[in-house]
Amino acid sequence: MATDASASSSPASALGENVQAEARVKKTRVVSARVSIPQRLKNIWTNRELLRNLISTEIKVKYKGSALGLLWSMVSPAMTLIIYYVVFGVILKNSIPHFVVYLFSGLLLWNFFNLGVQSATGIIVARSGIVKKVAFPREILVLSCIGTAGVFLFFQSLVLIIFMAALGVAPDWQLLPLWFLTLFIVALLASALGIALSAINVYMRDMAHLIEVILAAWFWACPIVYSFWTQLHARFHHAWESWLYFANPMAPLVLTSQRVIYNAPFVHLTSAGNKGEQILPPWRATTYISWNVGLLVVSSLLLWIALVIFGRLEGNFAEEL
Amino acid sequence: MGDVAISIQDVSKHFRLYHERGTSLKERLVKVRTSRYDELWALSQVSLDIEEGQTIGILGHNGSGKSTLLKCICGVLKPTSGQIVVQGTLAGLLELGAGFQPELSGRDNVFLNGSMLGLSRTEIENVFDDIIKFSELEQFIDNQVKFYSSGMYVRLGFAIAVNVEPDILVIDEVLAVGDERFQRKCMDKIREFQEKNKTIVFVTQSAEQVRQICDSTLVLKNGHSIAFGDPGHAIRTFRETLLEGPDGVGGTVIDDADPNAERVIEFAPDNREQPIQILDVVLSYPDDASNAYLKSGDPLSVKVAYQAENDIDDVIFSLTIVEPKGETLLSTNTEQMGLHFDVKTGKGAMEFAFQSWPLLDGQYKGSVGIQSRKGGVMYDWKEDVVNIEVLYDGKSGGLLNLPISGSFTTGNPNERGQ
Repeated sequence: MATDASASSSPASALGENVQAEARVKKTRVVSARVSIPQRLKNIWTNRELLRNLISTEIKVKYKGSALGLLWSMVSPAMTLIIYYVVFGVILKNSIPHFVVYLFSGLLLWNFFNLGVQSATGIIVARSGIVKKVAFPREILVLSCIGTAGVFLFFQSLVLIIFMAALGVAPDWQLLPLWFLTLFIVALLASALGIALSAINVYMRDMAHLIEVILAAWFWACPIVYSFWTQLHARFHHAWESWLYFANPMAPLVLTSQRVIYNAPFVHLTSAGNKGEQILPPWRATTYISWNVGLLVVSSLLLWIALVIFGRLEGNFAEEL
Repeated sequence: MGDVAISIQDVSKHFRLYHERGTSLKERLVKVRTSRYDELWALSQVSLDIEEGQTIGILGHNGSGKSTLLKCICGVLKPTSGQIVVQGTLAGLLELGAGFQPELSGRDNVFLNGSMLGLSRTEIENVFDDIIKFSELEQFIDNQVKFYSSGMYVRLGFAIAVNVEPDILVIDEVLAVGDERFQRKCMDKIREFQEKNKTIVFVTQSAEQVRQICDSTLVLKNGHSIAFGDPGHAIRTFRETLLEGPDGVGGTVIDDADPNAERVIEFAPDNREQPIQILDVVLSYPDDASNAYLKSGDPLSVKVAYQAENDIDDVIFSLTIVEPKGETLLSTNTEQMGLHFDVKTGKGAMEFAFQSWPLLDGQYKGSVGIQSRKGGVMYDWKEDVVNIEVLYDGKSGGLLNLPISGSFTTGNPNERGQ
């Protein structure tokens, strides 16, 4: 009797499992030398859970066993900020009022870009263990670096808000949505650069060092610690100088961030003479918006190109690592 | 039923093996024209359709391209040309616990690894308890993985891969890890997968494993698919390619050219006057002389040809058979077999005849010697000159081919005797 009962119940449960298996939609995956970019973007999207886990892992591991934990992500940029403030605001007597906010509104963007690109460049090599053994869209690794940088950006924004509240500086509330678009464009740019460089770095390991040097120079090509309008624009005598300066997509993005956060198109200098002067370019809001829309298109295009490069190179990652 | 789970279409994989590869920019620029490499086709136009619910073994020697094919199926490598279409979710066990982050706890790693296999958080939560139970790591699950022993590491990795319920399981020689009990558990899980009509692809060098669990087997040689079909046939092909040495087909005739040199010197230095020498040792399979392998249960004969310089009347021929792991299976000689043998000057032969060979799959080696009955003088000794390739057509595993049959009865077995 007992055997009969168990015998009759097991086919039923097996049937139940079959039904469950049938109910699941079978995913189709194609492994070939060329996978279309829309397909790859789709693969990345289906693996967003992995992206989320990689970012949280990165942050957890980074601050594992440290007493202050995530606070460190705020301490180090705050320290940079203090140093720049002391050097440029106090020692070199920079005449920009609320220099801390001016500085931070640009530095924030730069830190995000810098950390994202720099960590992304080395990520494929650093994670060779899983790249060789586990299949998932490799772009996810790069995106996790950008995402991690984004988390730090969030915490640094909190520090910025504290400074702004303390100094009584309000952002341009109307233009605030533009600021988020700017952040998104920076994320796109950093992803594009990170995706291309991480793949190249597998074949040419100097890329990681090279990008470090380039980024160090790039920082000064952006109007972060100086004012573009008062200190550079006046010295540009030819159109090509301006063109060259704005060939750096980070420059208009930093200016946008300053326009929104620093929010002082026209300020009175604190230095002697007390004549009103422009710190930020006297552009209308529409100029900033068109810059951003233009850069959104450009950075999307760059991301596409980066994905093409990555797609060409990723086929041999497992062998090269 | 009958749906194709994995369709491998004309897949080739090309490697460049660089002799000295510069990975820095400077080296690349300097050596842009000088870097030399060998071209290697790890896979050449392999095509194969694997049906849903089948268990496929991939057999091949080292460097035959089997791991490359497996990596292509998993998507870790991309083929140079051709494509692989995979229907359904796939869990690849190329290395157990490959994606583990040592700093994180076992629990966090389950979620990280699960998402690497393409699962959402809720899907992982649903199978989390099963994973922990299977891995038997209940009490350590909140410890950092870096404190795990290698066995625990592997157990957790396997537990995740098999419990996320993939449609296709891809295994690369990982069944050889863990203790025996865990291995058995793994095999049970694979059987369970088979019963659920899931597709399994695995790479191995063990013909025995293939025989036990495969429906079909693919044999690769130098990147070419040389056989695909039922395991028995495939194993035969595999064995034949194994025997193909530089001299073509071996196994039937083995001369004394390649014994272990050290041993030979020890027992019979070449410069010593030897009253009797082994000329060669010939293996033959009387039932099917044309085969390069011996079928389990068939007769076998080992013929030792000798040359005697003078008449000797106290000669013993000895034979030792060793199984693949080195355990001696049989050690006998003509005296123990009750045979007396006088040797006359000139050539002759002595034959050891087995009525049937009762061993299962494997490669057995044998050594042959000639010694004196009195005084224990070793005249000649050839180590490992006998090389017996055994092929077994059935599915049983183990070492011995014991005659066995089975029968079924219904009703209470205790009442049968009445």
